[in-house]
Amino acid sequence: MSETLVALYVFVLACFIGYWVVWGVTPALHTPLVALTNAISGIVIVGALLVAGLKEAGVVADAMGFIAVLLASINVFGGFLVTHRMLSMFKKRSK
Amino acid sequence: MELSTNTQAIAYLVSAVLFILALKGLTHPATARRGNLYGIAGMAIAIGATLAGSEVQSYGLIAIAIVAGAAIGAVVAMRIQMTAMPQLVAALHSFVGLAAVLVAIGTFINRRAAETLNPVLMGELSAGIVIGAITFTGSVVAFGKLQGLLSGKPVRFNGQHLLNAAMGLAAIGFAVHFAMTGSLVSLVAITVLALVLGTTLIIPIGGADMPVVISMLNSYSGWAAAATGFSLGNNLLIIVGALVGCSGAILSYIMCRAMNRSIFNVVFGGFGTDGGESSATGEATQQGIKSASVEDAVYWMEDAGRVIIVPGYGMAVAQAQHALKELMELLEARGVEVLFAIHPVAGRMPGHMNVLLAEADIPYDHVLEMDEINPDFPSTDVALIVGANDVVNPAAKEDPSSPIYGMPILEAGRARQVYFLKRSLRPGYSGVDNLLFYQENTSLIFGDAKDTIEGMVGALKGGRH
Repeated sequence: MSETLVALYVFVLACFIGYWVVWGVTPALHTPLVALTNAISGIVIVGALLVAGLKEAGVVADAMGFIAVLLASINVFGGFLVTHRMLSMFKKRSK
Repeated sequence: MELSTNTQAIAYLVSAVLFILALKGLTHPATARRGNLYGIAGMAIAIGATLAGSEVQSYGLIAIAIVAGAAIGAVVAMRIQMTAMPQLVAALHSFVGLAAVLVAIGTFINRRAAETLNPVLMGELSAGIVIGAITFTGSVVAFGKLQGLLSGKPVRFNGQHLLNAAMGLAAIGFAVHFAMTGSLVSLVAITVLALVLGTTLIIPIGGADMPVVISMLNSYSGWAAAATGFSLGNNLLIIVGALVGCSGAILSYIMCRAMNRSIFNVVFGGFGTDGGESSATGEATQQGIKSASVEDAVYWMEDAGRVIIVPGYGMAVAQAQHALKELMELLEARGVEVLFAIHPVAGRMPGHMNVLLAEADIPYDHVLEMDEINPDFPSTDVALIVGANDVVNPAAKEDPSSPIYGMPILEAGRARQVYFLKRSLRPGYSGVDNLLFYQENTSLIFGDAKDTIEGMVGALKGGRH
């Protein structure tokens, strides 16, 4: 099996996990869900680090890597923080 | 110390599991914060394992970029108003899209220099560029509409869909050519076409359909991450991309179902206006509308067994949620049960109302979803509708000729008394006249929602009754 096919297996199975897990999310938390998925899609930072971290890459690739790391970090930090802020607001009746 | 490829792969697996647990945490508000912490841990492990791997060799630029990104992200996240959450999300989606494009092009440049390009890789890179670029410009347009920089009206012209289809096909054609030859011209062509396509795909969608647009772009940003994962041969990116892609797709489906429309209808329909006046509210149709005073409503509410409040985007615009919390407390002090009823498409993004009510310290166990609360309306004394409109319109059930016919609604009209807080007789985003206005048990209270509710709070405090 080629590497791409293995990747396809992983992808399809992950879609099923995503399907089952996300249907379980309570509608009251759909906005935090969007914010959290936003934060974790900042995982493209892994790809950005690989581009930015290559030694002796050209200036163009370095610049692209730099901007990609910057953007993805905004996503990661901003996304998790704003999700935390929202979730802290959800309280039960305190009696 | 450098991590071996296998150690790194194990770390990525742990990280992927943590991300799944993070989403799982959102099953209930009580476990949600822990879920977010799982997500943070997963991300920290992923970033740490990547930095410690053999492929990352220079750290200077990376350190600057991460520190700057963290600072910007933290400041924005702490300062953002909850009402502006849809804009923030749109902006963050655009960043994921652009980052995916840059990673794909950067990978191409580096792999070309190392002479390790192959057609499969270049095909995967093209997919990353196309999805990333569409996510990027699409999210920028959505941001512009939500922020009011662009008109919320659908922008439509003849041959729009044909043009989009032609550009999509052309992008695929260039992608095939690029994969076969590695031609730079084709690479640029793919990028430009996808950037334009992102704009033209989102521009025809009206302001009222923003919950679907946000969900769709959420989904795209996930698929962009997955495509990046394919091109880098990185299973973590593939898993996370699939999770996020599915999440956005499911939310889009839920939003469409709540409007009784297909995703095609939303994407191609250009339904919804900017909330402008419609001809349906001519003088003649205003017959049979009763208006009431704040005191009338207070009189009915203070002796009620149960009051259900139906908030809509108008509540957010008027910033009336804090006044509603006070109203809730005063009524509860008099033994009245107060509940909030949320329609899935209320607000500008999925679950927007819940966050705004939570921000005002309204306990989440008082906030119920449509299916949970609809059976309660017939035994409810007062339904108070604050800035919602289409989602309570009985036309959706009774009038087969209505554009919103078949849409599931909150059955507020079944309460004994219905008070509708309205600034004017303007119809909702669908432009459809609301049959509930003319119902025997309905009265309208005209004015700004926040002022009206503060008036009710004042009347209850004053104890004039």
